[in-house]
Parts: sequence; C-alpha cells; structure tokens
Amino acid sequence: MENFVPVKRSEDGQPVRYLIVDDSVFARKNLARMVETFGGQVIGEAGDGVSAISEYERLTPDIVLMDITMPQMEGIEAAEKIVRDHPSARIVMVSSVGYQENIVAALQRGARHFVQKPVKPEVLYEVIKYVMRDDGTTGRGAGAGA
Amino acid sequence: MRMDLIQPFINSADAVLAQALQSPISIENLSMDEEAYRRKGVAAEVGLTGEIEGRIIFDVDLGTAVQLASRLAGIAVSETDEDLVREAVCELANQIIGNAVTTLNDQGFHFHVRPPAFLTAEQGSKSSEDTEALVMGFRTASGNVFMNVALRYHRRRAVERAAVAG
Repeated sequence: MENFVPVKRSEDGQPVRYLIVDDSVFARKNLARMVETFGGQVIGEAGDGVSAISEYERLTPDIVLMDITMPQMEGIEAAEKIVRDHPSARIVMVSSVGYQENIVAALQRGARHFVQKPVKPEVLYEVIKYVMRDDGTTGRGAGAGA
Repeated sequence: MRMDLIQPFINSADAVLAQALQSPISIENLSMDEEAYRRKGVAAEVGLTGEIEGRIIFDVDLGTAVQLASRLAGIAVSETDEDLVREAVCELANQIIGNAVTTLNDQGFHFHVRPPAFLTAEQGSKSSEDTEALVMGFRTASGNVFMNVALRYHRRRAVERAAVAG
C-alpha cells in the first residue's frame, strides 16, 4: 500500500477520528486498514444503520464511512437521520451500488461524498482530504503523497 | 435470457476480480442451467426486486475461497477461519453484483438489490419458463469462480413507471 501524508484535524493536530459502518466485517476491516494508512483513528464500527446512529451519538466522529445496502436500516436513511440532528456531520457513502439516482439521493440527504467499491486507497484519501478541507490539514514530511 | 442484462455482470466480475486479485481473469464457461442449482463451495446469494427480479449466486470452491480471502485480507487465512472466508465471498459478491447493478440502473433498468446472504442450502430451485438461469465460470489465479444468474424482466412495471413519469 502507498504511503500517504497523514490527514489531521486543523484545530488540534490530532488524527481524524472515523466511524465505519458496513454490514460486512471484512469490508470494515479493509476500510479500517486503509484509513490507518492515512494517519486516521477508527473509534467505532457499526453493522447497520440503526447502530450507526447510536454510535454517532455516542462517539461524535470526525468522519463516517457509510455503506448503503445494509439490513435493518440502509445507509442513506441513516445518513439523513444523523445529518438532521447533526448538520455538520461529515458522511461519506462507500458502496458497490453507485448508480446516479442513489448518489443523488445520498447527497440530497446530507452525505458529503460518494466512493464506489472496490475502494481504491488513493481515491478514498483524496475524498477524505476534500471532506476535511474546512478542518483538516496534512502533516509534513510523512512520506510521499497519493 | 437477455444478454443486455447479463453483460454487466460479466464485465463487473472481470473488473472486480482482476482488481482484487491484481491479476487477469478469463471466462471459462457460459451456459444455460436447466437443472436445479447445486452449490459448489462457499456461496453468497443476492436478491433483486423491481423491474428486474431474481437472484444471483456467487459460488467459489473452498480452496479458492480461502485463497481469495487471504489475498483480500492481506494475511494467511486457513480453511478453519470459516467466518472470514464466508465474509470474503459475500463481500466479493456484493462488489461484483453492486457494480453490475449500477451499470444496469444507469442504463434505465430500475430495481433494488438486497444485501448478500451466505447460502447454506446444498441445492436451489430449477429455472422456469420465465426465469432462466445462466452459469458463468471464471478462471482466476486463485482458482475457479462461478456465478449463477436467474433473472426475470418485468416489462409491465417499466411501462407503468414510464407512464407515471409522464
């Protein structure tokens, strides 16, 4: 895997804190490994939309990586509920189902961005930097960029 | 079976497996399945509802599934890590089928996809007059991978949807 310049919170220089939501444990572990190479810290995981909402309330992460197709409550509905109560929430949808209607629905309901699976680390890294642009900063001298 | 419904699954399997395994793959077999479906190894099923209805089964020999899981996880996975092997097969099914569904939706076919479910039954239903099953076999560097696609296109729902849209 490539070396990425760590993305940090501009307010305190601390690692970006992630909540990863996917019904596949395998997908969650892969995303966790990826964001750790961006200098991020995974502070929580959830396997469905209902748990995602409660974990967001409990942890208030900097970024949520949210799958769309999940049991109980799908990702778009969960994103909408989170953003309704927390308008500054940064939610990035990560799904293999990336047709236009789905992407538009997710963005209209408050998601900040969309990344299609299989996830390429360099694509996710750029999206994270973009979503954190109002708050994030990249460390210096920590390896080659994407 | 309509080939315009099938081609996106072939393209998606090719792209996703090649990226996941970092090696080229080839299609070994493409045939209609007139018998009841019989599971070959570790399998995941994804259901579709809407203008296109049916199911797709992603089926991998155990040895191949273990190799796929190891490559995807980046660690050595053994046959005893059953949960990890199942998860890997479900996630690959999710990615392949999700990408194909994306293409079909962008082409104007509107339907919904359910989350992949691990398939434990040894045998499934036979194809019927309105739902034919197509079996695709792919050769990868990690072994053989199969997809069994049984779909039905609802023309009436598409017409109704077009009428509502005006």
